[in-house]
Amino acid sequence: MSAPAQALQKPHVIDIKNPILTIENLNLWYGNTHALKNISLSIPPQKVTAFIGPSGCGKSTLLRCLNRMNDLVDDVRIEGNLRFDSLDINSPTVDVIGLRRRIGMVFQKSNPFPKSIYENVVYGLRIAGINDRNELDATAERSLRGAALWDEVKDRLYESALTLSGGQTQRLCIARAIAVNPEIILMDEPCSALDPIATARVEDLITELKERYTVVIVTHNMQQAARISDYTAFLYLGELIEYDETEKIFTRPSRQQTQDYITGRFG
Amino acid sequence: MAKHFFTEIDQIKKEILALSALVEENVQLAIKALHERNDKLAKEVIKQDDIIDQKEVEIEEECLKVMALHQPVAVDLRFLVSVLKINNDLERVGDLAVNIANKASYFSRHPEITIPIDFGEIANKTKLMLKLSLDAFVNLDAELARQVCVMDEEVDRMKREAKSYIRKNINNDFDLGDRLYSVCRNLERISDMATNIAEDVVYMVEGRIIRHRAQDD
Repeated sequence: MSAPAQALQKPHVIDIKNPILTIENLNLWYGNTHALKNISLSIPPQKVTAFIGPSGCGKSTLLRCLNRMNDLVDDVRIEGNLRFDSLDINSPTVDVIGLRRRIGMVFQKSNPFPKSIYENVVYGLRIAGINDRNELDATAERSLRGAALWDEVKDRLYESALTLSGGQTQRLCIARAIAVNPEIILMDEPCSALDPIATARVEDLITELKERYTVVIVTHNMQQAARISDYTAFLYLGELIEYDETEKIFTRPSRQQTQDYITGRFG
Repeated sequence: MAKHFFTEIDQIKKEILALSALVEENVQLAIKALHERNDKLAKEVIKQDDIIDQKEVEIEEECLKVMALHQPVAVDLRFLVSVLKINNDLERVGDLAVNIANKASYFSRHPEITIPIDFGEIANKTKLMLKLSLDAFVNLDAELARQVCVMDEEVDRMKREAKSYIRKNINNDFDLGDRLYSVCRNLERISDMATNIAEDVVYMVEGRIIRHRAQDD
């Protein structure tokens, strides 16, 4: 089925009270390519917010704006406001390392360091200059428990992280992200390389994580967005089409384009 | 969603429409059998109900299979949930047609009596409600469905009047009064089922549950 024309209507965007993160009129260009067009939405605290949309819609680009990961891309230009509490994320004076400590990230392809399981988890503390053994031990256990991995690795903490399975490695990366006590965890297709059982574990974990953290996840698996997120934003060709409660998006979406995408009529 | 998903949805649509036609026809035949004291016709209605029951089970199994295998969402989810409910309502309408046919059969085997109640009006209204609710389903017409919901009150009123008439005027023959009232009640129940179908059509089209929410409309 052919894809519909670009958005003609204004996006349908739910109003979020007391957001932790606010995006206003965000535009992003890769060279001459206008990849994000006037995106405005707010992320609620301690909820899971999913970004969905077909390949190339800008969902990962939008996610990477939230902790300045796009700084690492050449020839990128960003306009608009991104506020995290009172912090202007795009301000040139922002301490980007400090920002990424507060807004952590888990990637599609898990990226363990060629170190022990233990050292992977406490890596963020080590580079922050923390070397107190008791503090590192306590953080490793808290983080591995938080990532639902402790019971599986507690007896082999000093073995190489490269011996873990794909699902365990992804949970290790989540443990590493939460070790530095972030407020927000960004996840870019964290389950796309995992089998269904490992996916289910990570999904359970994401649901548990929102008790303490705000989670923003990019997924191309719509059923996953439906299962684990509280809010869903649908993007298409760089535009935000609809942002609402997940339950509403998947039962009675407000925009025809959203309906056509989630029901598989295009994309 | 894969192409075969849409093929299966289309197939379910065809099957539920075929069932609707069958049920509508059976209601009409049951009423005709009652009017004409036609035992043969009444028996046909009863026989045809077996096919209705069988089709209801087939449609339910098909819907459950598609839901399990494809995890439909939005308009597709609403369609399948509505079909499951409408399917069940249609089967109940089929049973009510059988009840009416049983009464027709009874009256046809007993000496002709002057039936003091005009079943025509309540029967016509009920048939119209069923037809319109199914038209609304076929044409995804939420406005028409809402009109059906309003008509239900009129049939309820007719049934109450019939009941009151029977109590006042047929108090010397309890058995006859009971059978006459039973026909009215069965017709009124069919109109209730037509209302349920209409409510499901509104849900399917708009995603709004309008049952028990008269104040919203």
